[in-house]
Amino acid sequence: MSTIITYAPLLWQGLLVTLELLVLGSALALVVAFTAGLGRLSRHWALRTPAAIFIEVFRGTSMIVQLFWAYYALPLLGVELPAFAVGVVVLAANEGAYAAEIVRGAIQSRAAGQTEACVALGIPPAKRMRRILIPQSIPAMLPSFGNVLIDLLKNTSLVATITVLDLTFQGLTIRTSTGATTAVFTTLLVVYFILSVLLGQMMKFLERRFAIDRTSKPRSKLAKVMRPQSASTGGSGV
Amino acid sequence: MPSPAESIDAESPEPANGSDEMITFENVSKSWGDNKVLQGLNFHVKPAEKVSIIGPSGSGKTTILRILMTLETPGEGVVTVDGDELWNVAAGQRIPRETKQMRLTRRKIGMVFQQFNLFPHLSAIQNVMEAPVQVLGMSKDEAHERAKDLLDMVGLGEHLNHKPPKLSGGQQQRVAIARAMAMRPKVMLFDEVTSALDPELVGDVLDVIRDLATSTDMTMLLVTHEMRFAEEISDRVVMFDSGIAVEQGPPKKIFKQPDNDRTKKFLRAVLEH
Amino acid sequence: MTWDTEYALSILPRLLRGLLVTIEATFAGIAIALVLGLIVAVIRYLRIPIISHLFTFYVSFVRGTPLLVQAFAAFFILPDYGITMSALLTGILVVGVNYSAYTAEVYRAGIEDVDKGQWEATTALSLPGRPTWTRIILPQAVRKIIPVLGNYWIQMFKDVAILSAITVSELLYTAQTIGSSDYRYLEPLTIVGLLYLAVSYPAAIIVRRLERRLAFSR
Repeated sequence: MSTIITYAPLLWQGLLVTLELLVLGSALALVVAFTAGLGRLSRHWALRTPAAIFIEVFRGTSMIVQLFWAYYALPLLGVELPAFAVGVVVLAANEGAYAAEIVRGAIQSRAAGQTEACVALGIPPAKRMRRILIPQSIPAMLPSFGNVLIDLLKNTSLVATITVLDLTFQGLTIRTSTGATTAVFTTLLVVYFILSVLLGQMMKFLERRFAIDRTSKPRSKLAKVMRPQSASTGGSGV
Repeated sequence: MPSPAESIDAESPEPANGSDEMITFENVSKSWGDNKVLQGLNFHVKPAEKVSIIGPSGSGKTTILRILMTLETPGEGVVTVDGDELWNVAAGQRIPRETKQMRLTRRKIGMVFQQFNLFPHLSAIQNVMEAPVQVLGMSKDEAHERAKDLLDMVGLGEHLNHKPPKLSGGQQQRVAIARAMAMRPKVMLFDEVTSALDPELVGDVLDVIRDLATSTDMTMLLVTHEMRFAEEISDRVVMFDSGIAVEQGPPKKIFKQPDNDRTKKFLRAVLEH
Repeated sequence: MTWDTEYALSILPRLLRGLLVTIEATFAGIAIALVLGLIVAVIRYLRIPIISHLFTFYVSFVRGTPLLVQAFAAFFILPDYGITMSALLTGILVVGVNYSAYTAEVYRAGIEDVDKGQWEATTALSLPGRPTWTRIILPQAVRKIIPVLGNYWIQMFKDVAILSAITVSELLYTAQTIGSSDYRYLEPLTIVGLLYLAVSYPAAIIVRRLERRLAFSR
């Protein structure tokens, strides 16, 4: 335990990096999610197909593979990014691809009736999407977004394998120099757990704040528990 | 809201003769939090009697059936079926666990639900066979024969091997009736069994129930909104409101010349549709 | 540096062997997850005081912490306590235990998702406990659970790559080894990505079809 206290500053630095990855990664992932999700819904083939390919590729390969590829293979094609940037971009792309499906699903399930109402009122397609469909769909997206967010948090640990100095990396470094294996890993696990619980609480708060109606059909419990083909850390969060 | 003082004892017209009653409710109360679903209900049903229970939603009518079927527990009171005790709960007592006595008594009762509750992964005939085989220990062949007869009786002889998703609502409900009948219950409970059906399918189901009412001596309790049907087949009609039996009597009396204001008000609202 | 197809083909056999290890690890891991998850689900369902709560916490904790850190923890801590295993075995256990937290939830949700009316119908028919479970409730729950478990299987297949960090010679590790010894990363890592897609994409389609079939025949 004393080891932990001695090395606390190092762990703290690692935690900050993890949080930076979390914030930047999720912000970018949100952009990716709406871009790809809406793109997938587009009537234009030229928008739909690249979006679909992007989503399937990033969902169909594991994030650690994507990280390695972006860090080791991409430079050989001329695009070299620092490890931290690679981390943010891959986190955003990977989790964004999952979130894109959530966006697509939420909007599609509302689409039919609302679209017809808009057509009847003469509201053009773009406005229809922006002002009617999307705002309505957001409360439905929030619970699943919550899972994606917690997943993103856990996945930040993977950047340690491409030498980003996050919490996990620092933990490993400390372990190597002190041999205090149990203490270090227990600390890491507890910190991640606390973070995921906090994220969960934050999401619950947001869900309540943005809830449109209380009388919506209760979601299937299985749907809550499962994530469609989740990203690389063993699925959804707490 | 009717006060307990308005409550009548929903007893059978003939002088009560304790062990002669098929169903007795004595001082049965039930609350969900502050909501008093049933208040000190006294209710008797004679063997072979066909009783319709009418009244507005939330009046406690369904709760009576559910307590009989042990799907809900009374907060207080005694319920007997065919002379055997089903429930005996003292006020403030902890909810009793399911006893062997309860299980045996319950076998005499069958129920048909508003949402049918058929087993979706089993065919019609399998639905009807399931309980006789598992509970009565009947052989599969015997159960099969019986199920076939019952399904023929309700007009579904052509649909023996169809699974519920392939059947219409009315057909599913008729399978549900056959399924309940397969256990040869002495008491049959019908909980708003046509409320979830499209109007054109209701008639077939009512035909089956009418058949049961006229040709069997089962005791039947129907919670229903089908007033004309209730008038046609019932021996007695009981009007419920807010957990209290406010009026009862033969169908002609209740539907044509009710005494109680609430009954009048309710019937006016319902029959004017 | 651009793509060298000859080189790519020459390393393919080694990579395929790595893929085989990944597949083996996935099968072993999912077997553990299915069994262990069932045990956890049953214990939680029985609501045994203290023990059930412990298991509930265990499920939350495993789901709330990264698989990579769990893998490192197992890999480094277990030998300290005298438990020595191959990296592969350690990896399989970690992935199995991790996913059991998810399968346990799937079992629970699958049972709870069965319509309450089904339970009421069995009460109305006086159907006793065992046939209620084995003939009515479980068959319906299983139909819903299977596609979800299928998706978790695919997920685990992808997550096994994380075990490369604890030196399990699966697909990604093999590619890393090749990369560092031949100083060529483009071909090995790209092939790895393609191989993952080649397995997971068809698998995902199969699971989706399975889901549709199971739902319809109900």
